[in-house]
Amino acid sequence: MSLGSVPLKYKISIDRDQCMKCMRCVDNCSYGVYRIEDDKILIDSRRCTACHRCISMCPRDAISLKEKPVDYRSHPLWTAQAREDIINQARTGKIILAGMGNAMDYPIIFDRLVLDACQVTNPSIDPLREPMELRTYLGKKPAKLEFTKSDKGDIELKTELSPNLKLDTPLMIGHMSYGAISLNAQLSLAKAVAKTGTFMGTGEGGMHESLYPYQSNMIVQVASGRFGVDINYLERGAAIEIKIGQGAKPGIGGHLPGEKVCSDVSCTRMIPLGSDAISPAPHHDIYSIEDLAQLVRSLKEATEWKKPIFVKIAAVHNVAAIAAGIARSSADAVVIDGFRGGTGAAPKVFRDNVGIPIEAAIAAVDKKLNDQGIRNEVSVIASGGIRNSADLAKSIALGADAVYIGTASLIALGCRVCGNCYRGLCPWGIATQQPDLVNRIDTDVGSQHVANLIHAWTLELSELMGAAGINSIESLRGNRERLRGYMLDEGMLKVLNVDPVGA
Amino acid sequence: MTIDANGMHYTPLNKMIRQAVASGVREIVIDNVLGQRFIANGLRSNVRITINGVPGGDLGMFMSGPECIVRGDSEHAPGNTMDNGTIVIHGSAGDAVAHSMRGGRVFVRGDIGYRGGIHMKEYDQKRPVLAVGGTTHAFLGEYMAGGIIIVLGIGHEVAVKDRGIGSGIHGGEIILRGDIEDRLLGVGARKVIFTEDDLNRLSPLITEFCERIEVDPSQFLDTNYTRIIPASSRPFAGKYTWE
Amino acid sequence: MCGIIGVIDRTKARMDGSSIKKALSLMKERGSGEGAGYVAYGIYPDYPDCYAIHVFFDNLVEPKSKVDEVLQKWGRIVHQEEIPTYEQPCLKREHIPWRYFYRPYTEFIVGSNNPAEDIIKHLVMTVNSTIQGALIFSSGINLGVFKAAGWPEEVADFYRIEDYKGYIWLAHNRYPTNTPGWWGGAHPFNLLDWAVVHNGEITSYGTNRSYVESNGYKCTMSTDTEVVAYLFDLLGRRHGLPSEMIVEALAPQFWDEIDLLPEKEQKLKRTLRLTYGPALMNGPFAIVVATSKGIVGFTDRIKLRPLVVGENGSRLYISSEEAAIRVMDPEVKSIYMPRAGEPVVGRVVQ
Repeated sequence: MSLGSVPLKYKISIDRDQCMKCMRCVDNCSYGVYRIEDDKILIDSRRCTACHRCISMCPRDAISLKEKPVDYRSHPLWTAQAREDIINQARTGKIILAGMGNAMDYPIIFDRLVLDACQVTNPSIDPLREPMELRTYLGKKPAKLEFTKSDKGDIELKTELSPNLKLDTPLMIGHMSYGAISLNAQLSLAKAVAKTGTFMGTGEGGMHESLYPYQSNMIVQVASGRFGVDINYLERGAAIEIKIGQGAKPGIGGHLPGEKVCSDVSCTRMIPLGSDAISPAPHHDIYSIEDLAQLVRSLKEATEWKKPIFVKIAAVHNVAAIAAGIARSSADAVVIDGFRGGTGAAPKVFRDNVGIPIEAAIAAVDKKLNDQGIRNEVSVIASGGIRNSADLAKSIALGADAVYIGTASLIALGCRVCGNCYRGLCPWGIATQQPDLVNRIDTDVGSQHVANLIHAWTLELSELMGAAGINSIESLRGNRERLRGYMLDEGMLKVLNVDPVGA
Repeated sequence: MTIDANGMHYTPLNKMIRQAVASGVREIVIDNVLGQRFIANGLRSNVRITINGVPGGDLGMFMSGPECIVRGDSEHAPGNTMDNGTIVIHGSAGDAVAHSMRGGRVFVRGDIGYRGGIHMKEYDQKRPVLAVGGTTHAFLGEYMAGGIIIVLGIGHEVAVKDRGIGSGIHGGEIILRGDIEDRLLGVGARKVIFTEDDLNRLSPLITEFCERIEVDPSQFLDTNYTRIIPASSRPFAGKYTWE
Repeated sequence: MCGIIGVIDRTKARMDGSSIKKALSLMKERGSGEGAGYVAYGIYPDYPDCYAIHVFFDNLVEPKSKVDEVLQKWGRIVHQEEIPTYEQPCLKREHIPWRYFYRPYTEFIVGSNNPAEDIIKHLVMTVNSTIQGALIFSSGINLGVFKAAGWPEEVADFYRIEDYKGYIWLAHNRYPTNTPGWWGGAHPFNLLDWAVVHNGEITSYGTNRSYVESNGYKCTMSTDTEVVAYLFDLLGRRHGLPSEMIVEALAPQFWDEIDLLPEKEQKLKRTLRLTYGPALMNGPFAIVVATSKGIVGFTDRIKLRPLVVGENGSRLYISSEEAAIRVMDPEVKSIYMPRAGEPVVGRVVQ
């Protein structure tokens, strides 16, 4: 018995009056939607992923795309997606893999938080004309200053600062590995962070040698697979991040399919060509919090205590207590990745159902660390679904020191969030290792776009702070007075520790 | 050069080792070691370090080059993510020995705990070796992606009698003395015959290992081994369907 | 908008409250008649080693018996009385001001470097957050706060502050915005030896509040000024920083200025800023803080509130307006305006 086909996801059509048959669509589509027969461009809409590459390259705006061209009988429970997933699994008996972040229609807490501004009782500050400090140091801070008295009676500072990363703006680019994304994508991001005085993560795939010139702006990641990890790699990084979990798929490992392990990826990861690169769910030298402390200290010992060590966890129910444990492990920063965090590929059931939103996670972690009197001693980095400078400002007001962006930086490189990263055919040259596709990214142009984005958000953050009468990022951090909840329930307000609008 | 590590914390101990190596010392003896973690951590050198006592966890982690000889037992994960060099343990060792090891050799005369050689990997000329004179516990070579594990089972009826051998293995090989029950093999592991070719290939390694742990190699130079290899280099290829 | 003024006689010569009343009254325009207050150091020479605990009681029945009980549990009440007050036509009497002279039993707690102060701090936090109808608004040795909701002159006359003689006086005239004009909300704020008067608004309040609360303080006055007193107590008393350094932590130099300093100084300021980032105060403010050892005045980092300093021999004046200083001391010698964030310190010389 055949289940037949499911309806098209997208319907592509060409306005034949407009089309000049330049064939750019045919050349650009890596999914094979277009082909030429008898001088006519034929369309196979079923292959379309809505990546918009053809649309963006069409000089005549002749292409149009319609989502869900075929209706199902509408039903609030049995959505089209629910039905199609069942058909898919009835056919294959397999786990459904999906790309990009959480695609469920959960309420977005960021959009129910509003920021404050000054009126009368204190003046707004114009950030273009008055000092505005976004400089952020990530790393361990002393609990208090200590002094010694010299023989002459001079007071000398006794407290020694641990190594901290100095950011010009509290915005970094998160970890996307070489393998998951292309070298040109990584290079563009690396040049952008070097230009804007901030940092990016290498992801867990090692560091390709062409990124060495930017290594002082890179945070090297050590994940359970330990790909590309040796002492040289650790010493190259400005900081080292231990990846425990990821917001898009908390509690499970990951794997880079063998077909993405080309010769350069294999060399950077230090694994054989074409073999699956498997990251186990846990680090097998970390089965408990004291083991994490051991790995943190081992990394510090290996790099002679010169590098800050970050620990990244997925935002899960008990995130606050876990973060507090990490804070006491010698780690310098805790990275929390919310359930909207992006991914190249994750089992859909995890991507859409496991973990908690970053907004609640930041607030809970901030509160727990405050309750324990150690909030300022460790940095908190938030990630997972940060879309604009308002999300950035709200994250900091909820208690983050800085944020990581991932998807947003890829959109600046062309990504249209089609969510087919795992197929390795990304027509924008981002989530692919095919040389012809990778070469679509000009790293100078790409890096300028990413740098523009960082610059624009930084400007907007300055404006938001100035309007709130704040001229230093420290004074926005954890400052719930400058947030109000709009249409959030009482329980949520309590977790976020914000008052409702009007209060 | 001799260091008395009695009561010493690992950070000053490692600092002393680094300083000695930097000043050209090539032979270090550390006495009274008891629980100091991370010895020779991340060290790049051809120094030989003799450790008298019981070193703590992560001995030689990220190490690249040195030779560490332990006259005693070792705690968890010696050779963790090790890059190059040799660790010889004349006693036994804890869990996760040679975890994620990518090069060099870890030789253990006695027994090792659970998950020995987990996620060992190889690339190009780098092929790590974990050799064990005694026996091991479960999940030996779990997730193994490369390299060689050898277990001789000296003093034991069978080399390994715990389950999950090579569970998730997708590279490298596990060589066990004698025969192994099929039910002990992990997911994705495949048992093949140990051939004369294998013996020719591996006898230099077996010989060297025996010499280093001070046992007579001749009794081990035959084909009475079981060889365990991956059923596929893509163990999870068939697990998923696209959205 | 508010008005502040402070004076210290560095030789500890005592001044009565009549001139500061005049000075504060001169700045009447800066207030709204909803709060004024004074604090004076050295006013209780008869009880030189007792904590003078000033309390607003809503009545003398339930709240007072509860306060008596908790005080007696932790120490000995050496003397207590109603603070003398004098009816003023326009000042509504909303609370009964009361004072205890008190000695805590220091042997009761362990693990403290200064058990007496820790007990007093604990009592203040406990009474203010748990006993309905009682508010401790002054808790130092040989000092006292006198405040109410009213105009400067009325409040001064209500307490007859000219009857008190102190070597340090701070005064404040309030124009409340963010929080209602109530007696507890009037300045000065005091905890132990610290007293604070503040003009402006602290935009970093939420951050500062979390920081002091995570260090065991409880913000109960629903106003941003109390947080300044707690920050001074935390950094000064508990962390042992000198007052110049506290001011540097609260209103630090800008990073681009720090970057230009010699390495050693740069290191000190960077360490200070990183350690005390959550204590940094933002927004427009001018503040004068007093302890029995001296006073310190400073403004926010970009000088959004006024502050004027005057000197005359052993006397140092810090005020929102120059005229207020001149009305206190027509002979005042030098008058100048301090730089933004720069501490103006007047220390007692022994």
